[in-house]
Amino acid sequence: MRSVVSTLPRPDFRVLPLVTERNAHFWTGGAHGELRFLRCRACRHWIHPPSPICAVCLSRDLAVEAASGRARVASYTVNHQRWIPGFEPPYVVALVEIEEQPSLRLTTNLVRCALEDVRIDMPVRVCFEERDGVWIPLFEPDTETGR
Amino acid sequence: MSERRAAISGIGQSQVGRRLGRDPMELTLDACLDAIADAGLDRRDIDGLATYPGGWFGPRGFSGPGIPELQDALRLNLSWYAGGPELPGQLGSVIEAITAVGAGLATHVLCFRTVWESTAQGAGGRSGIGASAGGDGAGFRASGILEWTLPYGAASAAVWIALYAQRHMHEYGTTREQLAQIALTARRNAARNPKAIYREPLTLDDYLAARMISTPFCLYDCDVPADGATAVVVSRADRVRDLRRPPLRVEAVGSALRGRPSWDQFEDLTTMAMRDAGAMLWQRTDLRPRHVDVAELYDGFSFLALAWIEALGFCARGEGGAFVEGGANIALEGELPLNTHGGQLSAGRLHGYGFLHEAALQLWGEGGARQVAGDPRVAVAAAGGGPLAGCLLLVRD
Repeated sequence: MRSVVSTLPRPDFRVLPLVTERNAHFWTGGAHGELRFLRCRACRHWIHPPSPICAVCLSRDLAVEAASGRARVASYTVNHQRWIPGFEPPYVVALVEIEEQPSLRLTTNLVRCALEDVRIDMPVRVCFEERDGVWIPLFEPDTETGR
Repeated sequence: MSERRAAISGIGQSQVGRRLGRDPMELTLDACLDAIADAGLDRRDIDGLATYPGGWFGPRGFSGPGIPELQDALRLNLSWYAGGPELPGQLGSVIEAITAVGAGLATHVLCFRTVWESTAQGAGGRSGIGASAGGDGAGFRASGILEWTLPYGAASAAVWIALYAQRHMHEYGTTREQLAQIALTARRNAARNPKAIYREPLTLDDYLAARMISTPFCLYDCDVPADGATAVVVSRADRVRDLRRPPLRVEAVGSALRGRPSWDQFEDLTTMAMRDAGAMLWQRTDLRPRHVDVAELYDGFSFLALAWIEALGFCARGEGGAFVEGGANIALEGELPLNTHGGQLSAGRLHGYGFLHEAALQLWGEGGARQVAGDPRVAVAAAGGGPLAGCLLLVRD
């Protein structure tokens, strides 16, 4: 595979999510540098996508909480097809599992990482790209954990 | 099991091709009238109607006319009908018809699926979901399942399923050369199918040299958008004896959804909802995978067919790559003839219904140059990827 120095500088365009009362904590947590999820106050399960009920214990006593932002790459793909004008390939789409609860995954982009250096199981940490008041969680190699 | 009260009594299909430019209603009528005649029925006999995913649903070209339009065009006297997208995959609409027949709500249900994605696509490339969000659609905001994928340029099922294929390779050592066999086998079979879209030879070198779409998927791992309509008639098994065809009894269906209904939260990244649909199918019959003579398994992306092979127990979990390696097992003359018409990869993306049509054709011995030898009597048809999965086991007694 041909070598590409870096993956995904800020694209010209991103489709943004529709921010609502239910998901605002997730899409604006980056303003505080935090990756935020709903969490069950009864059984401590992290909930994603946002839902008004904990699927584990059926509690409705949920609160927004910040996760560490550390995660692990569960899978990835190097996308070469231009699906959306302004969002130019190649770029890495990854599934990451958050450290606190690996069953909670995010589809995301890996940034500041050469395409050929991406590996399943590599440790990553969250970073954010802001557009129009939406803070898109992205992930970059986590060099500090040394795992 | 109550599905055994149902049988496939007829099949029909319109012209199939690229950029046909034909009215989707005409394609639908061609397929439906063909299926009714094939069963030896008259339109006055049809008292049920089922379709996926409902009329004009989704992006342009993804579906054609719905239930009311077809009912009106043919002035059908319906006792029961259903059309919609929230089903166990594309063949979930056929499973609904089987259920209705088993419950005595209808006697002969016409099931249909129409696509015209090739004409809708026009001369341009295959676009992503939400591609129109740039430019004129700049105010568009993603919601629902797309909220979690479109902001990341994961704007196609190619990307979502590539993530599963990559994980399968990581956990089980599956290779691109193995995955290629799904595409190469489809192409070899398509060469024997006059209605297939891509019939020229495809080699492993061609495959490995093709441009990448989303790793590990290259161009030949992705199906080809097509125009065409497919129809089948599901009849009460006790009302088919005088019809034109030997009935194809529905031996078992799989319609389970047990994991999270999501492209990125499903707990096991090496399989999908097909895992549970496949397991359910075998819980409802005494037949076993070794009894299957023909397998028509969804290949919207090559990896999906491999995942269905595992989900239906034709090999152990994780051994799909080894099973298809070299292509001998899945060849027309192999242990498990796969996608004998060329699949969606080479025959065209008829979106699930093409597999059922081909399964029936093979069981009736009408496969022509691609007919599986040895008088096949048991076939499985399966469709869906990600959170969508439905499958049927058909038997000609």
